[in-house]
Formats: sequence, structure tokens, C-alpha cells
Amino acid sequence: MHAPKPRLAVWKFASCDGCQLSLLDCEPQLLTLGEALEIAYFPEAATVPMRGHYDLSLIEGSISTPRDAERIVAVRRRSTRLVTLGACATAGGIQALRNFADSGEFIAAVYAHPAYIRTLATSTAIAEHVPVDFELRGCPVNKRQLLEVISAFLAGRRPAIATHSVCIECKSLGRACLLVAHGTACLGPVTQAGCGAICPAFQRGCYGCYGPHESPNTLALSRALATLGLDRAHLLRLYRSFNANAEAFRTESARHAR
Amino acid sequence: MSAEESSAQVLTPAGLEQLLTVLRQRGYRTLGPTIREGVIAYDEIACVQDLPCGWTDEQSGGHYRLRHRDDRALFGYAVGPHSWKQFLHPPRQRLWSARRDGETLQVRCEPPGEHRLALIGVRACELRAIAIQDRVLLGTAPGDPHYRARRTDTFIVAVNCTLAGSTCFCASMHSGPQVTGGFDLALTELTTTASSAFVLQAGTSTGRAVLEQVPHRAASAAETAAARALIEHTAEHMGRQLPSDDLPQLLLRSLEHPRWSEVADRCLACGNCTMVCPTCFCSTVEDSSDLIGQETTRTRRWDSCFTVDFAHLHGGSVRQSTRSRYRQWMTHKLATWHQQFGSSGCVGCGRCITWCPVGIDITEEVTAIRASEPT
Ligand code: SF4
Ligand code: SF4
Ligand code: SF4
Repeated sequence: MHAPKPRLAVWKFASCDGCQLSLLDCEPQLLTLGEALEIAYFPEAATVPMRGHYDLSLIEGSISTPRDAERIVAVRRRSTRLVTLGACATAGGIQALRNFADSGEFIAAVYAHPAYIRTLATSTAIAEHVPVDFELRGCPVNKRQLLEVISAFLAGRRPAIATHSVCIECKSLGRACLLVAHGTACLGPVTQAGCGAICPAFQRGCYGCYGPHESPNTLALSRALATLGLDRAHLLRLYRSFNANAEAFRTESARHAR
Repeated sequence: MSAEESSAQVLTPAGLEQLLTVLRQRGYRTLGPTIREGVIAYDEIACVQDLPCGWTDEQSGGHYRLRHRDDRALFGYAVGPHSWKQFLHPPRQRLWSARRDGETLQVRCEPPGEHRLALIGVRACELRAIAIQDRVLLGTAPGDPHYRARRTDTFIVAVNCTLAGSTCFCASMHSGPQVTGGFDLALTELTTTASSAFVLQAGTSTGRAVLEQVPHRAASAAETAAARALIEHTAEHMGRQLPSDDLPQLLLRSLEHPRWSEVADRCLACGNCTMVCPTCFCSTVEDSSDLIGQETTRTRRWDSCFTVDFAHLHGGSVRQSTRSRYRQWMTHKLATWHQQFGSSGCVGCGRCITWCPVGIDITEEVTAIRASEPT
């Protein structure tokens, strides 16, 4: 006798599709995933209409239009568990840069017929609209972490996803600190781990793709970066990227805005 | 002249090369200092050429740079970002896995494996740190089998420091710069601009046996005196001081000192200090199951008292503030470690100072607390 498989849905809001691609990129595990779950809604992989109830909904993308603000409420209603994936869904994404400017001006500059565009003034995280069961960070998410979250959901356990700094991951991999040894600006000390400290491994400072960690002291880091020679414009750009609208980065960037 | 000094020998760089060869022939994995990513890191070394010849380092709070020396010294620098714990108590260690087999479970403990590690260039503070981790990880039965497997057959070539880094304070912590035990062989490098010679002592019978296979000669009185003078000079030129005899009392009566909040304003809670500290041993375990619930694995990984989860008890973390986390780190190192493990948890290596991205200095924090103690 077989219990019915849990039904999985993958939803797209305002995003670049990179996180969904991380899921498709889990090639060797996709077959197993198909064994463990019924992939009931996944437009990136196959077009099937939205139908019934979903045991697990994975959400990619932010809320940036009135239509999406309504759609996410409907998705939440159809989902037992709802997990958001990536910087867009957990913080508003790069498109949240509009939150710091006049979106009307952007629309006028980009579209030939601005009158057809119905958009919100801000791009915001899913959790600002509906309750979220788990937020998986990253731009894009790390596929190993994504499989971990799905496996944890299937087993009914807490996902083993650390919320500490990138530095702990960087040091665990035996990397020498770029900030200390080379004077390279790095957001690792205020950013959540999960990527495997990829940028420091290639001698690049962390860009903050995973957003602020559990207790970020951005002010103290900015002071240290300023002594390395970063001016306000540089600091502003550092915090205003994929996670510009995550609270700690937003507040910090405001300190360096003119 | 002490018995040790009378038995002192001298090794040339060619002799050192031969020493590495002999250790490898005896089945040891030879690990030592080498240049990597612009720092002096600990990694596999196959020959003397892999050592940082003619290099030194410049260190201060939150700052490290490699610099050229004007000689060809092989050990002319202080400790770098790595410590030997990454080999003896690695950052990730699988502990066991379990497989579902119908209605039964097959549990497989991760075998500790066989490890023959030869550590080349271990400093006095690092020997002390290894002794501390030995006490922590093996001192209470049954001990950690993975650590034991790595420590059972460790061959240690120690090096007396002939230069103190500017964040070093081992003399204050009574843990250096001279090695006093826990090594198989100990070297003191005598450098001239052209080459080096190593005044050498054997500390164990294995050390003596290895030495038998390596060309060496008896040290002259001048050579032993020169070696001793270099170590004394190092002791007198420590970059930092930390009067340590009353630290447990001082810190434990200062738990509500305003300095903890002040340091918390600067601290990033990034955990770098605990990662680089050669005595910090804390770890957590992670369980992960596969998609179909067939297999599960428990992995141990380094943790830090600077993470929120570290102090997660029923209902949440008991150390929400960075103030309480920094205080935990420092009072454990310098105060409560004494009650728990019978010594200080700090050996004065200075790594936490150099590798703190904002240069928080444990000696300066203690000094500030001491200076403004309410009388
Ligand atoms: S390189 Fe960046 S992430 Fe790595 S330890 Fe240094 S500050 Fe942290
Ligand atoms: S507390 Fe700092 S100085 Fe002391 S042993 Fe640890 S890293 Fe070295
Ligand atoms: S003391 Fe320095 S290295 Fe340690 S957690 Fe604070 S900022 Fe990071």
C-alpha cells in the first residue's frame, strides 16, 4: 500500500528564474525527487494548470505588482508549507532598488507605453505579504541547501541551514581572510553562510548574496571598510545589491546615501 | 650547561631536507608552513623548498601582510591564520550514518582511520594549545576517537621562535617562546644572510631514532649560546603583554562591566576569533537525511560561541546579545577554562587579534577592564 506522495509546487514571482534553475540543476537527485514527491506545479519544467492543494510550495521571486500581491495570498491558501527561495523572495531582490527611488521615473524611462504598466512602488519579500514557514537565502540558492530543505520537509525535521556568518564557513574551508591579509572589502562578517564562501575562495570579497546573518553589525563593518579606504558611494553600492531591502543592509545603506 | 644543551646537535638545511624525506619514508604525511593565498598557511610540504624561505609577516589588529626578509630564514615569521587543529580536529567530521533496510536500521560508525601526521614547525604556544586540546578531547573517558586517531602517531618537529610577532604574548601566558616539552624534535634556527643552521634537540625516543637517519653534528658551545640568546631576545620583545596571574578573579568579578557593551558595539559576531584560536574546540552536529528517507548522516562541524544557535536551549538562545557572546568567549578563555580544564584557554598566540576583521584585541579589552575596575 502506498500513501499518496506529497504534492510539490514551484511558483514564480518577480525574479530571474535562477533559483528554479538551481532546482533543475539538481539533476542526479531530480529522479529521486520525483519518487519522493509529486511535482504538481512547476512551470519552468512543464506547463500544468494550478489545481488543488499543495503540501509544499517553493516560492521564487518578490512581490512587485498588485496582481502578484493577490496571487501570493491564493498560493498561501493552497499550501500546507510555504518555503521562499532566494534573495528576491526573502528580501525583495535586486529589483528592490526601486524602493530607494521613484519607480514612476524608471517606468517612464524604460517602457514605450508606461500606461500599460501596473506595478507597485516597491519590491518586497514574500514574508511581508503572507506567513512563510522557511526562508532559504541566496542569489541564487545553493542546490545542496535546497535539497536539504526539501529533505527536511519530507522527514518532518528542521532543516540544517546555518544562520551564522560567511566567515565561519570561509575559515572552516581553511581560507585566509581577504580583509585582513589583503585589505579587500568583504561582506562576509555580516552575511549569512550557505554559499560555501565561493567568492573568498576566488580572492573576491563577499557580495552579500545570502543577506544579513543572524546578528549583523553592519555599522562596525562599515567603519572597518572605511579605514581600508572605501568611501560612502562605495559603501552604499556594497549594501545596495541583491539584498538591498533586507533590513540590516537597508538601514546601513541609508547611512551612506547622500 | 644543562643535560639538554649538552646533547644539542646541529642540522643544516640539507639535513632538514633529509629529515622530511625520512619522515615521509616512515609513512608520515608531512605538514608545515607554506605560502598560500598571500599568507603563511599550514599545508602539505614535500621538501624544504615548500617552506616560506626568506619571508616574514607584519601583523597588528585586523592586519596581516607578508614581507621579504633580508636573509634566507625558513622559520622567520610568527604564526599565521591556520593552526594545527585543522588537521587534528578537522572542521568537518562525519560521525555516523544510518540506512533503512526494510524494517531494520543499519548504523555505521565512521571509522577513525589511520593517520600518521608529521607537523613541521610547531611553535611553543601551539604545543601548549595541542596539549590543551588533548586534555579537552581525550582527558575524559571515552574521549574523541577521531582526535585520538590523529594524535596517536603525531610526529612533532617544534621550532623555537626567534622573532615575536607584534600580536604575540606567549611570554605573558607562560607558554613560550621556548618549547619545553611535547615534541619529538625541536629546532632553533640560526640564520646568516646566506643560509641557516638548526640547533636541535630530541625530545622522545622516536625523535632520536629519526635523528639517527639524518646527518647532523654536535653543536658548539657558541651555537647553543646563540640559540639561547635568540629565544631570550624573543621573550623580551613580545608584541603584547597580558599580566595573567589574576585573570580569573578579575574577569569573574567584572561580569557587569560596561566594557562588554562597548566591545559589543565593535564586534561583528563573525566568529573569526574562535575559528583561528588553536584551543577553541567547540563543535555542533548536523543531521541530514536524504530525499527518500533511506539514509541519514550525522556530521560534526566547528561551531563558535559567537553564533546564536550555539546557546540554543529549550525556547531559544540564551545569548542573544553580542555583549553576552563576547563575554562568554573571553571569560571562558581566560577565566572559567581554569576550573574546567586546569589551565588558561589562551596561549597568547595573538591570532584572534590579527584575524579579527575589526582588530578587537583581547589584551586591550582586559587592560580596559582592569584599568576602570570600580575600587
Ligand atoms: S574573507 Fe571575508 S568571509 Fe572570509 S573570513 Fe575574511 S571577511 Fe570573512
Ligand atoms: S584567545 Fe587569542 S591569543 Fe589566546 S590562544 Fe586563542 S587565538 Fe591565541
Ligand atoms: S571579536 Fe572580532 S573576530 Fe571575534 S567575533 Fe568579534 S569581530 Fe569577529
